[in-house]
Amino acid sequence: MERTGIARAACLAYRRDLLLAFRHWGQVAQPLVFFVIVATLFPLALGPQLAELREIAGGTLWVAALLASLLGVELLFRADHADGTLEQLLLSGQPLAILVLAKGFAHWTICGLPLVLLAPLVGAGLGTPPAANCTLMLSLALGTGILSALGAIGSALTLGLRRGSLLLGLLVLPLAMPSLIFGARAIDLAIHGDSARGPLLLLSAMLVLSVTLAPTAVAAALRISAE
Amino acid sequence: MQPHNFSGLSVSGIEFWRGDRRVLADVSLEVEATECLHVLGANGTGKTTLLRVITGLLSPEHGRVAWGGRNTRSDQDGWRASFSYLGHSDGLKPELSTRENLAFETGLRRRLRNGEIDAALEQVGLAVAGDLSAGILSAGQRRRLAMARVMLAAAPLWILDEPYTNLDPSGSTMVAGVIGRHLDAGGAAIVAAHQALAIPGHTPRRLELS
Repeated sequence: MERTGIARAACLAYRRDLLLAFRHWGQVAQPLVFFVIVATLFPLALGPQLAELREIAGGTLWVAALLASLLGVELLFRADHADGTLEQLLLSGQPLAILVLAKGFAHWTICGLPLVLLAPLVGAGLGTPPAANCTLMLSLALGTGILSALGAIGSALTLGLRRGSLLLGLLVLPLAMPSLIFGARAIDLAIHGDSARGPLLLLSAMLVLSVTLAPTAVAAALRISAE
Repeated sequence: MQPHNFSGLSVSGIEFWRGDRRVLADVSLEVEATECLHVLGANGTGKTTLLRVITGLLSPEHGRVAWGGRNTRSDQDGWRASFSYLGHSDGLKPELSTRENLAFETGLRRRLRNGEIDAALEQVGLAVAGDLSAGILSAGQRRRLAMARVMLAAAPLWILDEPYTNLDPSGSTMVAGVIGRHLDAGGAAIVAAHQALAIPGHTPRRLELS
């Protein structure tokens, strides 16, 4: 009998989560629709002056992305917990942190990536110039990655709770503030035609940090939640 | 079924508290190869808790679980790979087909050969349901599917919590037969159940919790 290697196990976990997402597409699309709607509310509320909208575009896009990703990350482990597959995952004999990393990456592919791809379109509604699109997407790509990692910790911690969603927000949003500051700043700089290198590098560093540390924290939290 | 490399399970002095209630007090047990341990006890006597403590899902206040003479805490992933657990929930994804469910759960543990899944589905009486999604199966059929998962994991030790739940008489006979074949191949099983196990060719040892 040949034991499954770590890479193959991670690949299986990634593939299964994508398959599950495609089987109930409506639920997966909700955060994305939420992102688009929240970002479109601002031009409606503030008026159509592009110069004014441009000033707040970076912040608006980031806050909308932050809330949307919070909405999506709540479901990361909930179904697995309810149907008992989480228990089997914990007992599979594979390193849980690696499986969690694969699940987190699958979650980002489903919730984060479409948001990044849609951002230039939503940004256009807020008056971001096409020249800033590259920075806009990069900033949100790094940002949604960080948010998925932080959100996964919160989601694993609040798993056993009956009304965990509010607590999830209270746990994750303060931790997300540094990335919000630099992410929004990067877009702002790009809109004004300046180089956004500094904040983007800082965001990359934050992503590396959270992706390295979060899986271990999530694995520990899941073991506690499963008790 | 290939023979198992069974190392022997030894559980000693387990004490477990839930809040200020002592659920398990000084529980000890031994399981050797080809042996089945039947855990009995009225509702609330801690059968499920005991099984979850053995798997490591729960940490006991006192006591030691040893596999092959080594504390299972020292190599947790190795220990988890050597048993297969059937809990109260079947651990199946309703959106995936029965075949997909088995391919994923077993694939995490070992590489599957062609036809193994179909053979397992045949054994548990779900041969015609291979492409149905697990969500539309009846509770009894889901239990059968979960049993197929336990079989396919090819682990030397089976830890089964109420495997007969929701099963019809033919299902119960099937599960008993499957456990019997597992024991014949040199495996072992710990089964928590209210009714007699009726495993062909084996007399389970009883452990009564109170």
